Amino acid sequence: MKQILVDIKKCLACKSCEIACAVTHSESKSLIGAVLQDKKPRQRVYVEAGDGISFPLQCRHCEDPRCVSACMSGAMYTDDQTGLVANNPDKCVGCWMCVMVCPFGAITQDTEQKIAQKCERCVDLEEPACVMACPTKAIKFLDIDVFSKDARLQYLTNFHLKEEGK
Amino acid sequence: MKWENKSIDPAVRTMLGKADKDGIDTVWDRYEAQQPQCGFGLLGICCRNCIQGPCRIDPFGSGPQKGVCGAGADLIVARNLLRSLMGGTAAHADHAYEAVEALYMAADGLAPYEIKDENKLKSVASKLGIDTEGKDKNRLAKEVAETAFADFANHGSSPMKWLTATAPQERVETWGKLGVLPKNPDREIRTAMHQTSMGVDSDPVNLILSAVKLSLADGYGGLHLATDIQDILFGTPTPVVSEANLGVLKADHVNIIIHGHVPLLSEKVVEWARKLEDEAKSAGASGIQLSGLCCTGNEILMRQGVPLANNFLAQELAITTGAVDAMVVDVQCIMPSLADTAACYHTKIITTMPIAKMPGAEHVPFEIEKVDETAQQIVRMAIEAYKKRDPGKVNIPDEKSSVMAGFSVEAIVGALSKLDASNPLKPLVDNIANGNVLGACAVVGCNNAKVTQDASHIGLVRELLKNNVLVVATGCAAHALGKAGFLTSEAAEKYAGETLKAVLTAVGNAAGLNAPLPPVLHMGSCVDNSRIGDLVAALAGYLKVAVKDLPIAASAPEYQHEKAIAIGTWAVSLGVFTHLGVVPPVLGSQQVTTLLTSDPVESLLGGKFYVETDPIKAAAGIIAHIKSKRAKLGI
Ligand code: SF4
Repeated sequence: MKQILVDIKKCLACKSCEIACAVTHSESKSLIGAVLQDKKPRQRVYVEAGDGISFPLQCRHCEDPRCVSACMSGAMYTDDQTGLVANNPDKCVGCWMCVMVCPFGAITQDTEQKIAQKCERCVDLEEPACVMACPTKAIKFLDIDVFSKDARLQYLTNFHLKEEGK
Repeated sequence: MKWENKSIDPAVRTMLGKADKDGIDTVWDRYEAQQPQCGFGLLGICCRNCIQGPCRIDPFGSGPQKGVCGAGADLIVARNLLRSLMGGTAAHADHAYEAVEALYMAADGLAPYEIKDENKLKSVASKLGIDTEGKDKNRLAKEVAETAFADFANHGSSPMKWLTATAPQERVETWGKLGVLPKNPDREIRTAMHQTSMGVDSDPVNLILSAVKLSLADGYGGLHLATDIQDILFGTPTPVVSEANLGVLKADHVNIIIHGHVPLLSEKVVEWARKLEDEAKSAGASGIQLSGLCCTGNEILMRQGVPLANNFLAQELAITTGAVDAMVVDVQCIMPSLADTAACYHTKIITTMPIAKMPGAEHVPFEIEKVDETAQQIVRMAIEAYKKRDPGKVNIPDEKSSVMAGFSVEAIVGALSKLDASNPLKPLVDNIANGNVLGACAVVGCNNAKVTQDASHIGLVRELLKNNVLVVATGCAAHALGKAGFLTSEAAEKYAGETLKAVLTAVGNAAGLNAPLPPVLHMGSCVDNSRIGDLVAALAGYLKVAVKDLPIAASAPEYQHEKAIAIGTWAVSLGVFTHLGVVPPVLGSQQVTTLLTSDPVESLLGGKFYVETDPIKAAAGIIAHIKSKRAKLGI
């Protein structure tokens, strides 16, 4: 199964992923429609900087999600078919337990409905919007093993020079 | 990008196939590689005006709403817009200034140009209040040039003379009340640059007023000045028949494409290409075929009948034919990619202006005193390059269309005076009043990789003509319409509504064409939008109403350049309803968007911007506007 994986050297903090994510969550799905819409759409990926790097953070759709375990109303669940972590808005009571346990801060508040909101990984799109929007291709949508192989090959590129691959 | 989405021009489509085969990277490939483009940039809400930035405003409200300095979206958008206008105004003012210098030097016998149009010289001089009595053309030309120089040196408080002498009086008063009369193009650009720097103006409305002021500097210190001086030097255009599209290139000729905007060198290249035809023949060619791209192309089409190769987006594809021996460029709209494209063929790219050089091109400096030598050198370089042409790489598309161009205001009035010598505008005005001509629309501007090449120009104009709206065109829009056959008498038969067709036929017959006038009048280059300004001012004057009350509109369906933003703002300031077919980078600010597209600007200036990317819907919007103006006039 493909995952959203980030090449941390490549993120320039341009926030194109944030914009594309918000647009995907708008009524018109277009940038212009989204800015003209009354209730502004909100993104589910956040570019944060710290420790010398910038990084687009969104729900990691963990295999053993703490948010699901912490959810007392059964709103947060792992979808059997997609394997993705999702929130059922009808069941969510806005207690924010999920927010407290998520180590990535990937869950935020839908300010209108007062419930938890997070990345749904754009299940209707071929690739998540943030991945398509990233101009440096820092955000990738790959099988874990493909990502790892790329990383191994990069490591070996300049092996004799004793430098980490670029 | 699907090839159907790149262009509707069949010649361009053929060349796209060749570009693919030859491994040429085109503007469309690069546009595609840029997708998706930055949302902050598209909305105009990024600021790099100081080094605390770059700052961005979150358009959706959850992130930062202020830059480091405290600037919000409205301010950032307004500042960025004004900076775009500066780019456009600077380009036109610099162009005009070069023409004035040429006139000044020609008058002193220091530049090898003959003052071709004494009538225009006299008419410009009288508008400027210069006494023409008993002065020879050189003396008068010098005084006209000095008046222009004085505008650029004006550090007093009076407005630019070129504006007060050529703009409608009603407008001068309106602009005066708003405090937006420019004094001196250079000074206004300088002041606006200052105004938009960090920590100066933080009032979006004040910045938009400066945009209006700058657009007037553009309209009169750029467009109008350039047209006037070029007409004096090279002649006021009269109708001329030629051809347009890549099919004008000839396999057995030395092909020289002239590209850019300023006709000072290109007029000379045309002259010398004709004189050096024999040298081309000695090199084994059958002759020299010149053709034009962008607005230099329009200038030499109108005055010299030189055919048009194509418009902005196809400049690389012209080279891809493999048949272009030299492409001579001056300034503006010259893609930096040209040298890369040319490297795959034998084509020489020749840059000529000190501010427009290109690695990989050859630079032959334009020096006004030596312009004859320079032009000869360029023609000879093309002949030399011809000898190295690889016939195996040549593929010239067949497509070309006949075009009639050269409709200066003088030429239009001339044609109309065949119907009514004492009152030339009367036949046109009568036909507008009785509804035979519903109104008029200027379709102008560039191509833009965001729009299928020529599709919006053609789509819009087809609708307008069908509804009896007369169209005038300049710039790359005029090229598009020329290539598609709209600049011909047959187009009147094919595209014009019944009543418009009848009027065009009457005028055409009276003017001795024995056929209708083309339904789209080619009025020139982008600086020649000033001619359109003069035409609407004359119509308004004849009717004793303001320009803003006329049933007219303007449209830039595929614009890309900062110059177009300046011209569009000038049109709005003149009182014209101005359609934009590409969304400008202002939507990040509700305030600026509203200011430009609705009541605020309309109540102050009479015109406004109208943004619509679908050409068919845009035509409907323009027609609705024209009808509402007719209703207000009671016609
Ligand atoms: S001028 Fe203000 S908004 Fe612009 S970069 Fe500087 S701090 Fe940021």
